[in-house]
Amino acid sequence: MPTKKNLVTIAHLTKEELMYMMEMAGEFEKHPNRKILDGRVVATLFFEPSTRTRLSFETAANRLGARVIGFTDPKVTSSTKGETLKDTIMMVSNYADVIVMRHYLEGAARYASEVSPVPVVNAGDGANQHPSQTMLDLYSIYKTQGTLENLEILLVGDLKYGRTVHSLLMAMRHFNPTFHFIAPKELAMPEEYKVYCREHGIRFTEQEEFNEHAIAQADIVYMTRVQRERFTDLMEYERVKDVYILREKMLRSAKANMKILHPLPRVNEIAYDVDENPHAYYFEQAHNGLFAREAIICDVLGITLDDVKNDPTILP
Amino acid sequence: MVAAIENGTVIDHIPSSKLFEVVSLLHLEAIRGSSIMVGYNLKSKKMGHKSIIKVSDKYFSDAELNQLSVVAPNVTLCIIRDYEVVEKKKVALPDEIRGIVRCANPKCITNNEPMTTLFHVTDRERGIIQCHYCEKKQNLEHVKLV
Repeated sequence: MPTKKNLVTIAHLTKEELMYMMEMAGEFEKHPNRKILDGRVVATLFFEPSTRTRLSFETAANRLGARVIGFTDPKVTSSTKGETLKDTIMMVSNYADVIVMRHYLEGAARYASEVSPVPVVNAGDGANQHPSQTMLDLYSIYKTQGTLENLEILLVGDLKYGRTVHSLLMAMRHFNPTFHFIAPKELAMPEEYKVYCREHGIRFTEQEEFNEHAIAQADIVYMTRVQRERFTDLMEYERVKDVYILREKMLRSAKANMKILHPLPRVNEIAYDVDENPHAYYFEQAHNGLFAREAIICDVLGITLDDVKNDPTILP
Repeated sequence: MVAAIENGTVIDHIPSSKLFEVVSLLHLEAIRGSSIMVGYNLKSKKMGHKSIIKVSDKYFSDAELNQLSVVAPNVTLCIIRDYEVVEKKKVALPDEIRGIVRCANPKCITNNEPMTTLFHVTDRERGIIQCHYCEKKQNLEHVKLV
């Protein structure tokens, strides 16, 4: 029996593995509706609520013909009665062919993947990893730029707590990127990720100003939300809260190929006048999540790129 | 001050503050049939104060002894036969530390589930370990035992 596949983190995937997943997501974008998972059961276990991620995974499973079981609120499960994560996973793995799990504790996905006899997909474990988000970010970059190589990427906003920017940074290490970190001092990129960049030969610059000039050099502008509760000094929050808002007039000198990404939900960090601008890409980005997750579920179930390309179950 | 032993193991140069952690890691309380002498807070030229443990008629495996590196990386181990030191050893930090240390991250799964902790040693010189589960890096100087 082949070894069981999981997707716990994206950090250890090779360049070839990432490109393989890009190509597979591309196949699902061409034909998102299939019966390739007919007869399979996908369990979505959400120990903390995340409507967006859950809907995306469940849509992916449904559009491939799988059936979905699971819970969206741990209050209705036995974990409130003191059941361990291991017991919940063992129980569910009797019913499902693959487990998609979101958990509030860090490392929960790794542990679940070790105890589970069926594949586990990490749909976010606390502040640790959220690999399907990174996969859809990569796919969005790949699709809009035609490549992942040699890109200038602006990361803007909360770079201290922003899990998505940390994972993106690590996943991009194979592709010779240049990053520009734009954040208030309190939310600057943590030292450990700058060390990571130096160790992996990733070029980066750091600045506090977010303006038209900074945007002009970028292929990708990745926005994140600056949240009030992240600040110890509320005076500092008041000072910077309007600095990291992207407005339409800041896009005048942007390169033609530049796209704006955001993991969503957005609050006010991208002004609504940007939505109609051709550089805006965040809603399409969320749509790409469907194809990325279709690829992830199939990959852990042992379905190959060839299977997907030669799939006789494609629906019109 | 602490009597010589005929055969067995001497663990010397233990920082006094780490003595009881060393006792606990080697499960000395569970050893039967050996005389065990513990010297606490002895004067030492090198360290100011140190502690020492002598366990007669007992030889530990390298794996057991290497666990000590987690709390006391600079201890000296002497293997004694016929009152003579036949071998002197230093402990070496293993690549993986399983079931010994607690993760410092309260939101780590290992602190919330009945399970064994596991760390990977990522920087031997600076004593940096990384939790296999939550991936947080931590310094051995500050870790607590499970």
